[in-house]
Amino acid sequence: MNPRYVPLAATIAIFVAAYALCILQYPNMLSTRVIGNLLTDNAFLGIAAVGMTFVILSGGIDLSIGAVIAFTGVFIAVVLENTGLHPLVVFVLVLGIATLFGALMGAIIHHLEMPPFIVTLAGMFLARGMAFVLSIDSVPVKHPFYATMKAFYYRLPGGGRITLIGGLMLLVFAAGILIAHRTRFGANVYALGGGVQTARLMGVPVARTTIAIYAFSGLLAGLSGIVFSLYTSAGYSLAAVGVELDAIAAVVIGGTLLTGGSGFVGGTLIGILIMGLIQTYITFDGSLSSWWTKILIGLLLFGFILMQKGFLYLSKGGRRLA
Amino acid sequence: MPGNILGSEDIILSATGIDKVFPGAKALNKVNFQLGRGEVHALLGENGAGKSTLVKCITGAYRRDGGRLVLDGVDIDPRDTFEAQRLGIGTVYQEVNLLPNLTVAENLFLGRQPRRFGLVDARAMNRRAETLLAGYDLDIDVKAELSSCSVAVQQVVAIARAVDLSGKVLILDEPTASLDAHEVEMLFAVVRRLKTQGLGIVFITHFLEQVYAICDRITVLRNGQLVGTREAAALPRRELIAMMLGRELGDEIKTVAKAETEEGPVRYRFSGYGRRGHIAPFDLEVRKGEVVGIAGLLGSGRTETAEILFGAEKADSGSAEIEGKPVELTSPRAAIRHRLGFCPEDRKVDGIVGDLSVRENIALALQARRGWARPIPRAEQERLADQYIKALDIRTTDREKPIRLLSGGNQQKAILARWLATNPEFLILDEPTRGIDVGAHAEIIRLIENLCEQGMSLIVISSELDELVAYSHRVIVLRDRTHVSELVGEAVTTAHIVEAIAAGEKQGASR
Repeated sequence: MNPRYVPLAATIAIFVAAYALCILQYPNMLSTRVIGNLLTDNAFLGIAAVGMTFVILSGGIDLSIGAVIAFTGVFIAVVLENTGLHPLVVFVLVLGIATLFGALMGAIIHHLEMPPFIVTLAGMFLARGMAFVLSIDSVPVKHPFYATMKAFYYRLPGGGRITLIGGLMLLVFAAGILIAHRTRFGANVYALGGGVQTARLMGVPVARTTIAIYAFSGLLAGLSGIVFSLYTSAGYSLAAVGVELDAIAAVVIGGTLLTGGSGFVGGTLIGILIMGLIQTYITFDGSLSSWWTKILIGLLLFGFILMQKGFLYLSKGGRRLA
Repeated sequence: MPGNILGSEDIILSATGIDKVFPGAKALNKVNFQLGRGEVHALLGENGAGKSTLVKCITGAYRRDGGRLVLDGVDIDPRDTFEAQRLGIGTVYQEVNLLPNLTVAENLFLGRQPRRFGLVDARAMNRRAETLLAGYDLDIDVKAELSSCSVAVQQVVAIARAVDLSGKVLILDEPTASLDAHEVEMLFAVVRRLKTQGLGIVFITHFLEQVYAICDRITVLRNGQLVGTREAAALPRRELIAMMLGRELGDEIKTVAKAETEEGPVRYRFSGYGRRGHIAPFDLEVRKGEVVGIAGLLGSGRTETAEILFGAEKADSGSAEIEGKPVELTSPRAAIRHRLGFCPEDRKVDGIVGDLSVRENIALALQARRGWARPIPRAEQERLADQYIKALDIRTTDREKPIRLLSGGNQQKAILARWLATNPEFLILDEPTRGIDVGAHAEIIRLIENLCEQGMSLIVISSELDELVAYSHRVIVLRDRTHVSELVGEAVTTAHIVEAIAAGEKQGASR
């Protein structure tokens, strides 16, 4: 097998094995209901993780995602409460803001040559702070259009539902895969992850690509915020704390190298599903504390980082012998 | 100007009066450079002469501060490499060339992938990559990651990309620095083919034999100024070196026979030393004041030998003795404690710490030996740095300059200074003269001879056999990760080394 597919194959194998184990213990877990819920419950995280995958593939990091999600939720709730705007108009508005916010961070990272970690950390505080400025309390969304959207779903055989937001996540993943592997922009993202200096010498438009990557991540964080707002029917400035870290975990478990340049958007989907599966298992069990999710994800993450390290070591050794 | 004999219609690229100023230094001063169609033109000069700067001004990596650049009769002013590429100027670099994490085909077509309905058509891209590489006699899996290819193949892929992209001017910036003789020949075949296609090729290298092997004309720069452009055939090597250095080089390489040190006591004895998968067990004895040369082709186990001696790779068989006492050299730390020093081959990766200053880089190994709990006083560090900057003639504006801003030869000297500062008794040098200019070459060779006269034991790995023969008392020849032959005294000649390497080439050739 081509070595670049090894981490992805490992992720898929872990997911299949874990799911099989779950079914052995709780045969009920093999139902379209569980799968439908898995998609719905993780929709906002999945959408944000697609953006994160691009950022990490390019060798960067985006810590602002959770805060942007919270800001988006509060913004939608407050605007809907205080104006007569239709939710769709508000969505377009907030997506524009989130995209601009990401683009701005990308521009700072590129033009001021600042580490993405610091810039997006500042972005995280800024977005979270803006959410607090809009409202300190949780603001419910009561617009009838929300109910319409929530009632919209595709019924799977066996009673499961692909909800609007679950389906949206799958669409975003499909688009992400297409962009990563079938567009020049996608190739440029991988090129940046392989080495910015080399990419520049090969004529990759580094500035444009960097800005576009963070703008794309911002856009998806905004979309994730909309989904989160639909999911919870409220906007709260303390919501989605640490989602960026969950997204990073999903990306790494999905087989993408944290150093950039290698990985697959599709792997992130599996990463999300593995994390959701652990959560579902704990729900089924009923007696386990939900903190076990964190512990298991921590262990899994550690295992994957070790695997990547070993993989890098092997490929380096191979190159030396060549 | 001598050598400026081409008619204007034969000139593809003409640079006149190019100026480039960096803070604190004038890197180029009114440099003229003319490149003809179907010409291979060498651009030579010592480190820091301005070759790289001139090339970067042509490829758009730098913006020039003055002068004219005319490509194919049209004034150009590329803002970046991307624009230069589109105009017709392609570049292949020695170190950073392509992206190891992308496939061969992706590397060839990055930024101009064939598209269908707005999406990249991977199948068409791979097909076109195969066709393109077939023109270079290269039959490889274009879907494989570039990092799985050998350096020579990567270099040809880089050339294929550059030529396919630009097609007028090809700049080769030290493309042969990490290739062995066979691979260089393969590269030259490609260059000759491109030459007949009417491309103008600029060739930058430190290997003068290669210049004479392939170049039509030679342009020499020194201290940012043009020294002259000459026909290669009409320029004797001595005169060329004089142009580059601005002085006659006393004796380029000392060739007098070395004093025998056979009688001296053995100071270092390694018996049955080896590591599976790296280097077969070998016996090695080194005397005081002796230089042992290590020769062999790329990948024959030269660097592996050095790493195992220094403890960078742990030996899994055999034993080491220093002056009759058994010692454990299981880590570089232990080796440093026993007064060993090691200047690795790839100074960018293993040697320098680019962002630290020259002073800090020089003090590094000494500090490591003292232990981090006992910092070297600043004044002492400064004294050390100044001493070696002077002693080794390290050219830097001041000792606090980040070392990555220095040229290759000066970085190499700084690394040497780092180990000399620890007062080693046994120094391992892996390719000390690779990628540095002729002047620095001679200086480093002189340094090696001085060190050995002072009683230091040295192991020197080098692909430059003439050099190796000049300073080694003994030469160990490696092949297929095994020590196959040891030449002593009178027997140390280039011919004997080549013979010893070639003796097993029938098996080795398949590598």
